Amino acid sequence: MATIKLENLIKTYGDVEVLHNLNGNIKDGEIVVVVGPSGCGKSTLLRMIAGLEKITSGEISIGAKIVNDLEPADRDIAMVFQNYALYPHMSVRQNMGYGLKIRKIRKQEIERRVQEAAEILGISEYLDRKPRQLSGGQRQRVAMGRAIVRDPQVFLFDEPLSNLDAKLRVQMRLEIRKLQKRLNVTSIYVTHDQVEAMTLGDRLMVLNDGVVEQFGTPIELYDNPETIFVAGFIGSPSMNFIPAEVTTKGISLCNGKKLKKNIKYKGKISIGIRPEHLEEDKNGNINIVTQMVEQLGSNSLLHGTLQDTDIEIVASMPGHITAEAGSMVSFSAKETNIHVFNPITGKRLG
Amino acid sequence: MLKRVHFPTSPLPYFLVAPQVIITLIFFIWPATQAVYQSFLIEDAFGMSTEFVWFENFVYLATDEIYLDSFGRTIFFSICVAFLSMSLALILAGFADRVIKGTTTYRTLLIWPYAVAPVLAGALWVFMFNPTLGIFPYILEFLGVDWNHYLNGSQAMSLVIIAAAWKQIAYNFLFYLAAMQSIPRSLIDAAAIDGAGPIRRFFDHIFPMISPTTFFLLVINAVYAFFDTFGIIHAITQGGPANATSILVYKVYNDGFVGLDLGGSAAQSVILMFLVVAMTIVQFRYIERRVEY
Repeated sequence: MATIKLENLIKTYGDVEVLHNLNGNIKDGEIVVVVGPSGCGKSTLLRMIAGLEKITSGEISIGAKIVNDLEPADRDIAMVFQNYALYPHMSVRQNMGYGLKIRKIRKQEIERRVQEAAEILGISEYLDRKPRQLSGGQRQRVAMGRAIVRDPQVFLFDEPLSNLDAKLRVQMRLEIRKLQKRLNVTSIYVTHDQVEAMTLGDRLMVLNDGVVEQFGTPIELYDNPETIFVAGFIGSPSMNFIPAEVTTKGISLCNGKKLKKNIKYKGKISIGIRPEHLEEDKNGNINIVTQMVEQLGSNSLLHGTLQDTDIEIVASMPGHITAEAGSMVSFSAKETNIHVFNPITGKRLG
Repeated sequence: MLKRVHFPTSPLPYFLVAPQVIITLIFFIWPATQAVYQSFLIEDAFGMSTEFVWFENFVYLATDEIYLDSFGRTIFFSICVAFLSMSLALILAGFADRVIKGTTTYRTLLIWPYAVAPVLAGALWVFMFNPTLGIFPYILEFLGVDWNHYLNGSQAMSLVIIAAAWKQIAYNFLFYLAAMQSIPRSLIDAAAIDGAGPIRRFFDHIFPMISPTTFFLLVINAVYAFFDTFGIIHAITQGGPANATSILVYKVYNDGFVGLDLGGSAAQSVILMFLVVAMTIVQFRYIERRVEY
């Protein structure tokens, strides 16, 4: 049980700064998902917390203790790796008990804890197998077992599900979530998959180019994205953006159509509307020239371009729809569902 | 009905492999059969007459104390060379694997000895350990060691072992380093998080995981010590003093070309030939079947 505090973290490789002044507090028992595109520094951040990468400047504390200069072994953490990192020459039992053996815990105690963890994860019958005799999902469980037998203060997950097939990934995602809630251990989970992030995290830290774009609950991020990046990254299919301008007469889209929304800012803006918030409306001002329709069963995705422009727009509509390519469909959106961003700084305006 | 596909036969593939086959036949197979034939003969000292004696040469070897001594000495020599060169290579590779700056420089320097010809390697060590001129006997004198490998058999043996091992370190180093670098980084990270320090990680994970390489190198080093150290021994001690460094392959040369006992020498080389065959079989059977995780 512990809180984690990140203060003014900076990481440089040579002259390249990959993390810029990163801050964040992670509460006790919380699972925080660090999410962002590849190369945004999320794995580096995790490895710094684990003690596998040196901290260039700033502070990391676990509990009340600053851990900057502690070895990974002394930080009381456990980590689950993307490729599982199981010891191939050891049986599942030895793999799980290894950390305890090094800490010179009594044999019976190790055995008891390994058994217990194996039962929780449903791998009791594989304890004497070698990792290569296990399937991907089973290996994943062993890797998690190795983390939980240690009973650490913090779990770190480094894209643990990305090597599994889609179905197993959904299943393991739920299991990790349940396990984390049951053990109530502070966890940090790194992924590039925003669906995984949304379903798993108590809170999400969206990282882009080594900067925290937003740190909040999944719903906060979905409803009130603070930057264009977060708006486009969270949600699937991703948000539509339309260039627009605020004049004395209100908002006018780049094709000249008006849009109703109260906003104080004057000048060029970027309008963001989620596909699922576009409602078909004969009198709507958002006119889309259909290109094609994707039928997903429960809903349909209409792909098209904004009238008189080549801005691509996706609208998610309930049920099955039919629309000829080239035909025009009109949409409107509720004022609360229209996000306004500054197109230069990317910051939210309203 | 099975449908068989017949390709038109062409002599081209036979032409293409012919050079290799001819080289093998002329330089390996034919001398080998000659050696086998020769090993059944006894020739008088002047080369005037030869007699076909079946296995007499082998029977004689089996009871010849000098030969049996040489056999034991060869095994001792091989074990020492293999152990010394492999353990040093392992330590060096372990460090080279952790080095971050100047990696290429270290590696290049560590690989150099392998490019030195055996006789030259021998000559280097002869100079360094020459009892009157060498630097090492001079240093050893301060430690109270009276070094003269021309007179002292065990000193001579130590010297050839060191020289032979030194030359093989580079080769072993290369294989060990490659093996260590193929271990996933995250595995070592996981061990570090589990609380294992660098030394513990080495013995618990790295060493077991490179065991296939160790086994491979063991065979290679044994073959090297048995057969490829002729040049070094010839340059340093010529098998002396008093046969103290006369290993099997040196004895073949000495008995055949110096002692002119062609039959006996041929019989010894036939025995060596069988040893090579045996080691090769071991290597193929156990190493090709890689230890898989």
